[in-house]
Amino acid sequence: MYAFTFHRPQTLRQAVGLLAKNEEAKLLAGGHTLLPTMKLRLAGPPQLVDLSLVDGLSGIELRGRSLSIGAMTRHNDVNTSPVVHEAIPALAKLAGLIGDPAVRHMGTIGGSIANNDPNADYPAACLGLGATIITNKRRIKADDFFTGMFSTALEPAEIITKVSFPIPKKAAYQKFKNQASRFALVGVFVSKRGSDIRLAVTGAGANGVFRVPSFEEALKTRFSPKSLEGMSIPADGMNSDIHGSAEYRAHLVGVLARRAVAEAIGK
Amino acid sequence: MSAIGIGAAVRRKEDQRFITGRGHYTDDINRPGQAAIYFIRSPHAHARIKTINKSAAAGMPGVAGIFTGTEFAQDKLGNLICGWTVLSKDGSPMKMAPHAALAAGKANHVGDAVAVVIADTLAQAKDAAEKVKVEYEVLAAVVDPAKAAANGAPLIHEVAPNNTIYNWHLGDPAATDAAFRNASHVTALEFVNNRLVPNAMEPRAALAEYDAASGSLTLWNASQNPHVARLVISAFVGMAPENKLRVVAPDVGGGFGSKIFIYPEEVVCLWAARKLNRPVKWTAERSESFITDAHGRDHVTKAQMAFDGEGKIVGLKVHTIANLGAYMSTFSSAVPTFLYATLLSGQYEIPHIYCEVDAVYTNTVPVDAYRGAGRPEAAYVVERLVEVSARELGIDPAVLREKNFVKKFPYQTSVASLYDAGDFNASLQKALQIHDYKGFAKRRRESERNGKLRGIGFASYIEACGVAPSSLVGQLGAGVGLWESAEVRVNPTGSVEVLTGCHAHGQGHETTFAQLVADRLGIAIDQVNVLHGDTDIVQFGMGTYGSRSGAVGMSAIVKALDKVEAKAKKIAAHLLEAAEADIVFKDGKFTVAGTDKSAAWGEVALGAYVAHKFPTSEIEPGLKESSFYDPTNFTFPAGCHICEVEVDPDTGEAAVVGWTAVDDFGTVVNPMIVEGQVHGGVAQGVGQALLEHTVYDDKGQLITGSYMDYAMPRADNLPDFKVDMTVTRCPSNPLGIKGCGEAGAIAAPAAVMNAVTDALGTEAIDMPATPASVWAALQRTNKLPRAA
Repeated sequence: MYAFTFHRPQTLRQAVGLLAKNEEAKLLAGGHTLLPTMKLRLAGPPQLVDLSLVDGLSGIELRGRSLSIGAMTRHNDVNTSPVVHEAIPALAKLAGLIGDPAVRHMGTIGGSIANNDPNADYPAACLGLGATIITNKRRIKADDFFTGMFSTALEPAEIITKVSFPIPKKAAYQKFKNQASRFALVGVFVSKRGSDIRLAVTGAGANGVFRVPSFEEALKTRFSPKSLEGMSIPADGMNSDIHGSAEYRAHLVGVLARRAVAEAIGK
Repeated sequence: MSAIGIGAAVRRKEDQRFITGRGHYTDDINRPGQAAIYFIRSPHAHARIKTINKSAAAGMPGVAGIFTGTEFAQDKLGNLICGWTVLSKDGSPMKMAPHAALAAGKANHVGDAVAVVIADTLAQAKDAAEKVKVEYEVLAAVVDPAKAAANGAPLIHEVAPNNTIYNWHLGDPAATDAAFRNASHVTALEFVNNRLVPNAMEPRAALAEYDAASGSLTLWNASQNPHVARLVISAFVGMAPENKLRVVAPDVGGGFGSKIFIYPEEVVCLWAARKLNRPVKWTAERSESFITDAHGRDHVTKAQMAFDGEGKIVGLKVHTIANLGAYMSTFSSAVPTFLYATLLSGQYEIPHIYCEVDAVYTNTVPVDAYRGAGRPEAAYVVERLVEVSARELGIDPAVLREKNFVKKFPYQTSVASLYDAGDFNASLQKALQIHDYKGFAKRRRESERNGKLRGIGFASYIEACGVAPSSLVGQLGAGVGLWESAEVRVNPTGSVEVLTGCHAHGQGHETTFAQLVADRLGIAIDQVNVLHGDTDIVQFGMGTYGSRSGAVGMSAIVKALDKVEAKAKKIAAHLLEAAEADIVFKDGKFTVAGTDKSAAWGEVALGAYVAHKFPTSEIEPGLKESSFYDPTNFTFPAGCHICEVEVDPDTGEAAVVGWTAVDDFGTVVNPMIVEGQVHGGVAQGVGQALLEHTVYDDKGQLITGSYMDYAMPRADNLPDFKVDMTVTRCPSNPLGIKGCGEAGAIAAPAAVMNAVTDALGTEAIDMPATPASVWAALQRTNKLPRAA
């Protein structure tokens, strides 16, 4: 690790001020990507702005037909929250599939989606539920937020404050884990809210999380795994590495999509 | 059986300190004035070191010294060595290339250290290391062992043309060929035994200190055999005479073989500590462990097994290319030869066996012994061949095994091993029963109804432990004898210290060795301390590996206890005013036979030290005896493991859903610890078979250099194990112990792959059978569950 200055602002305004003043400063949320990278000397931000003391960034709240989760809410809190279990059980389950207990007690939803790791779980939930990412500046639709591998629509000095999830009628997440890292080799999140059907895939794409319009269309006719039988997505654009070929990942997208739909309808 | 003696499941004495964080590992030790050392390692697999410019780093804060391989070479220390000479078929010795602790001239694998920075803190050393400019000329690398000996492959060491270390063989080629000519069936297989990264929980570490007043060096080192480390560093490296070098291996957090070897880092720490007159500490970071700890396995093998018309095995032919990496590690030469080919008869009567092994250098991390060391590779060859033969011959695999088992002992195999005792069919039959083998067809149908493929696989393995009779290993080229030593030191109050040359790094010797002593002397187990791991405390020893500590180390303790008891009886006779021949020692009490006169153990111990009541001209005061025990044969643990897997054809995931292990370890000292060893060994074997994949790219970069990409087995990869035993005593040592530490890792890979290939209906899949590779295999075979 290289030396850095550690800031612990108490308010969002202070945090934004520190970011604005120090161009190379990095935000520290749960730290489970940033700190290992720093320990390996692959990153060396001169300033770290720790968000853990900033008021109002964590918590889970039901607001009308939306579930609002503060950016600094830990995965374990989402996983064990009765409110989340009641409103979007698939989201609670997803949070429980992230990493191990140590990771889940430190890692945060805001940190996860700001990092937009192509194998992370939360981006699939955000895109698969049609969430809105709320920052100190604006509200960004999930469809506009994830712009590619490790890349988002966030601007400099923009801080995620919460994520708002519309409550679906049905939803499920199926994750096939990379055996080593236990990140998603492929993860599929599916939801149905009225006529709005969304199916988002993490892990598989060479360019990060994506939706599968052909699957969504098929599910609009009938929200059943049968609607997806025989359907597949092309291997083009899929990631390929020692853990799985592009063909394998494309195949898993179909398998997990059918399983997710089956789980969503309780079969 | 007593509550604490041999056969009792005594709780491990050492666990209290380990699980409460009070273990004392090398990295926990700090010495006054200690500096940190950072190794600058080659990022290239094969590169000429053109220049190293340290001027920008020299003045950095905290820097105490920066040294290069060239400077190390100027001090004319010896090279690291491989201590076991193997001869090629033509009688020529193996081509051992020079291995300096710091590379000068050329780096031969990613991670080869080329320079070091020593500074007040590790962060300062790393900061300075970034300013050391190393200019490389990158050379073409060779990574694949099957291509290493090819014409035109990049040459790694001048002394080894075609990168070939030896072309070794064992057995009679003509007789084996004749057996194949007359055979009615031949099964042929080709496979890779995948390279593994050892991943001990505690990374390797070294702390070196120089005492200028006495001219002595002390090395604290995460080592499995501190005396051997001292011997090699003294006699071969020439760092210091043995009496001026103390090696301490304190608590060591796992080794699996990887901490047997003498590595560059401890040598460089000693050298730098003396040069700077300052203690120097190194602890590997995990990413450093991946590229410097000696790896395991890495064989490419073609093998054929021949049968007569009755299903009897008549011959076995094996050709293996063994990748030894960039340098020959300490015991590397012996692993794919004497620890491998000598076990190729398995549990079977195979009249003719011929095995050829070509060992090669590649631009990869050196390869050496890893849990099982040669024996898992042998068991994999034999047990995969037997299983596939059964499929090809249409014979139940259990029946084919039974038909071919060695049934009479002693049995001289055609590959030098002399099996002394065993009952292979007893293990098989017990395993079949415990596993409910008969119920497999029904379980398979149930799986198919759920859209899954189910398979079952056996491994009737044998291994050789208790290394080893010294004269025999001497004939085979070993540079050392492999006896073990013990000292039993009775204190005046009757408590005991046992000094052993074995070293515990997870095995539980502090408990099992104490069980032996406490039971024999009739004292409480907490009155016995087991001391090991310090060359200044323990007389000498060969360390712990190869499941030798029970069979060899405890035998030495038995011999020392015999001497202690004999002397104590003499003293008791004087205390009790009786004839020595009339003294009976039992349950901690010396009794005069036929009388009620007795003396307690503690009274006799005190009597020995106060020396008031016996003639010291005839009996020396004190009660302390030592012994060196040299085994007369290897021991041959064997058993049967049955693995059942369920494969999800949609994802390719193979889940281990059932495991039965019936092992014959001879006498079992502590069944709880033995069962734990079986669990751990099987976990490592399942890891090899399904998860652990060491992947280099063609430039020699380790792709799987962290846990993000290298999959270790975890609890949820494993089923509930059914573990049981059969027992035939080992006839060659006093306690009848065979050894248990490696069995699971030896049996498991073959059992898992036999089950996976049974489920898939194809043999064309190598370890690890990852979901992606299983799915790809299913795409080739189009096998789907019948009911799906």
